[in-house]
Amino acid sequence: MTTTAEDRLHEYRRTLRAWLAGHVPENPTGDVEEAKAFQAALHDAGYSGITWPAGSGGQGLGPAEQQIFAEEAAAFEMPVRPFLIGMGMCGPTIVDLGTDEQKRRYLPPLLRGEEIWCQLFSEPGAGSDVAGLQCRAVADGDGWVLTGAKVWTSNAQWADYGAILARTDPDRPKHGGITMFVVDMRAPGLTVRPLVDMTGGAPFNEVYLDGVRVGPDDVLGQVNAGWAAAVTMLGHERVTISGLRQKRSSGLTFEALADLGRRHGTDPVARDRLADLYAHQRVLELFNARMRQETVAGAAPGSRGSVGKLAGAMLLRRAVDTAGHLAGANMVAWEDGDTGAASLELGTNSTPASNIAGGTNEIQRGIIGDRILGLPREPQVDRGVAFRDLTVGTQTSAAETSSEQTPKGGS
Amino acid sequence: MDLVLTSEQQELRAAVRDLLTDHADSARVRTAMDSDTGHDAELWRRLGTDLGVLGLAVPEELGGAGAGHVERSVLAAELGRALVPSPFLASAVFVLDTLLALPAQPARDELAAALASGERIAALAVAEDGAGVFDPGPSATRATRSGDGWRIEGRKSPVLSGEVADVLVVHAVTDDGPALFLVEAGASGLTRARLASIDPTRRLARIDLAGTPATRLDGDAAAALSAAGDRGAVALAAEQTAGIERAMELTVEYAKIRVQFGRPIGSYQAVKHGCADMYAAWEQSESAVRYAAWAADHDPGALPLAAAVAGVYVGPRYFEVATGMVQYHGGIGYTWEHDAHLFYKRAKSDELLLGTPGAQRARLAGLLNI
Ligand SMILES: Cc1cc2nc3c(=O)[nH]c(=O)nc-3n(C[C@H](O)[C@H](O)[C@H](O)COP(=O)(O)OP(=O)(O)OC[C@H]3O[C@@H](n4cnc5c(N)ncnc54)[C@H](O)[C@@H]3O)c2cc1C
Repeated sequence: MTTTAEDRLHEYRRTLRAWLAGHVPENPTGDVEEAKAFQAALHDAGYSGITWPAGSGGQGLGPAEQQIFAEEAAAFEMPVRPFLIGMGMCGPTIVDLGTDEQKRRYLPPLLRGEEIWCQLFSEPGAGSDVAGLQCRAVADGDGWVLTGAKVWTSNAQWADYGAILARTDPDRPKHGGITMFVVDMRAPGLTVRPLVDMTGGAPFNEVYLDGVRVGPDDVLGQVNAGWAAAVTMLGHERVTISGLRQKRSSGLTFEALADLGRRHGTDPVARDRLADLYAHQRVLELFNARMRQETVAGAAPGSRGSVGKLAGAMLLRRAVDTAGHLAGANMVAWEDGDTGAASLELGTNSTPASNIAGGTNEIQRGIIGDRILGLPREPQVDRGVAFRDLTVGTQTSAAETSSEQTPKGGS
Repeated sequence: MDLVLTSEQQELRAAVRDLLTDHADSARVRTAMDSDTGHDAELWRRLGTDLGVLGLAVPEELGGAGAGHVERSVLAAELGRALVPSPFLASAVFVLDTLLALPAQPARDELAAALASGERIAALAVAEDGAGVFDPGPSATRATRSGDGWRIEGRKSPVLSGEVADVLVVHAVTDDGPALFLVEAGASGLTRARLASIDPTRRLARIDLAGTPATRLDGDAAAALSAAGDRGAVALAAEQTAGIERAMELTVEYAKIRVQFGRPIGSYQAVKHGCADMYAAWEQSESAVRYAAWAADHDPGALPLAAAVAGVYVGPRYFEVATGMVQYHGGIGYTWEHDAHLFYKRAKSDELLLGTPGAQRARLAGLLNI
């Protein structure tokens, strides 16, 4: 008897489905210990790093298995949020660009759920335009000393390691003088301060670096080629974000809102909006499924990940609008203990995050226009100019940048 | 589910596109839309006979190609992309699907074969008072027995391709409920009048039946129309999605070459981001169509919902994209000479062909139990 590839995939799906049913917690608490334990269990069962090469501690399987995993996992709410940045962004970048030693050191503990990662790109003066970053890496012996400020760093409160972008050469044009390093989040000189977001939670942080040392082995990719490394990571980020489904517990899914309608009753307008919301949610799911199938068939999605990212963000805005038609005054005021109303509040207040984080909607539209449609780029005034002569962030003049370190511009 | 076309399906697309590049460029589309019949009979013959694609979703034993709805959606897309004025939707989609949803019977089998080869053209005369193509509403059209046959009294409007059809499939109410009938174009008491239309690439007619002789088709009329309505929605959404793609391509091409204020207009974000939204709408529409067509072939239980989703999502997107097409072309886009208005008008007629967007969303709401 021979087993065909199809039989093998069928078996893979069957085993996986049973495993998920037996191991995903019913009511996830969302805390970091639960996430670590679950990630470890995923690893033990062989579902961590499915497409990562075996040499890097992954399973060495193909996009077909990845697709099956995505399909089967969609029915569950896996408690893996703290690992999304590591597994979805930093890890794949190390797989692509890391040295053998870096792969050996960082990937296995990540895959096993032992170490959490964060991404230290954004700064007070550099967000959409990450390449405008000012965090300095000054050469010192065979290593560098990092000084500057990062902001909006998700996970930094838990993280063991971060992938950080810093400026190694301010005399080059802005994209040319950046290097990506791995930084130990517990290194001397590194301070993490929580930032409260508009939901009242503190999922992200300010990170201050005051003379933090990194060595030659900490360079990810090449010195002064950090922009290429950043582009690699941002590509993984878009794919990760666009593949994310809303949490089942979110108040803004069609299912949650339909349920709300069943309890509160619907008027014709609310029904109309709800049906439209369903259609938009469903076509986005189908788009993501189609991207995965095309990947299996050998056509990588590339910049088309921006479509899923943009559509997902716009879908949430539509859901917020629909929610108002269903909940009415209950979206504004509710009795203590009304968990449905509270989850709508959280959904409503966290919707802007999806439209900003990981590249704003405007930036995604720019990517689609430039890279997919091939439309002409805007004139770039910062092209070919040494970084120290540029204005970045909220500075009012270039002079402020050149006058040695000004971590945050403005008056 | 399969959301990616196989290489055979891509070859079919290339073959149809080749044919249409030669026989349905803008000049020929305009000649056809201004002609008496409103379509190009020679192109119809080539589709039916040379390529043999009018019966893609018809089983081989009924004279079709025995392929499926995925293949037919590819054909519908190519015709929609080129804005071909054609009785395709009326005859090879709406009527054929209605016939196939009825039980086997000589009148049905014979007509299905003739439609699959393109030898005859049929139109679906169900709507009254401007409802969607498959919606008889509170029908005022009556059929009564007369000797061996039936006679029909009533008015149908609008009937897609009603004037050019050789035979009509008419919905009428009998003493024992609604039924479908065949009415030959030359039947007595039948008058057909062309309606004015917003869409020059599409012909719609009013049909009056005054004691017109008809042949009754066996089977549950409501069930057949419902099944055909889902399949028709898939073909229509495929046509619309291809229209979105083509309108977007032409807009992007223009935005790259039209220079104002010293830069191509496509470098301005207002235009670029508008084009990016067109692209996002196209990718999602394409995904909705691929799934609905696959469901029609492989998961009929999932078809009603899949077809409703495609209809609800894609229809309004096409009109938005076509509106953007006119807008980003500026004055030239507002001329009769430029094709932008043909997309704009087709998008509106497509959007309303199967009922208003609100009616389509209400139907989807019903399927979702909300
Ligand atoms: C919840 C959350 C979590 C985050 N987590 C992380 C993290 O873990 N690590 C990290 O490094 N960063 C993180 N970020 C930062 C995020 O990547 C940035 O906030 C985002 O890229 C926007 O940058 P900015 O805030 O500086 O806004 P700006 O770039 O200043 O943008 C302000 C406005 O200007 C618009 N704009 C800017 N440039 C253009 C342009 N070229 N064309 C048109 N419009 C433009 C933007 O779309 C936006 O509307 C997070 C942000 C959020 C909200």
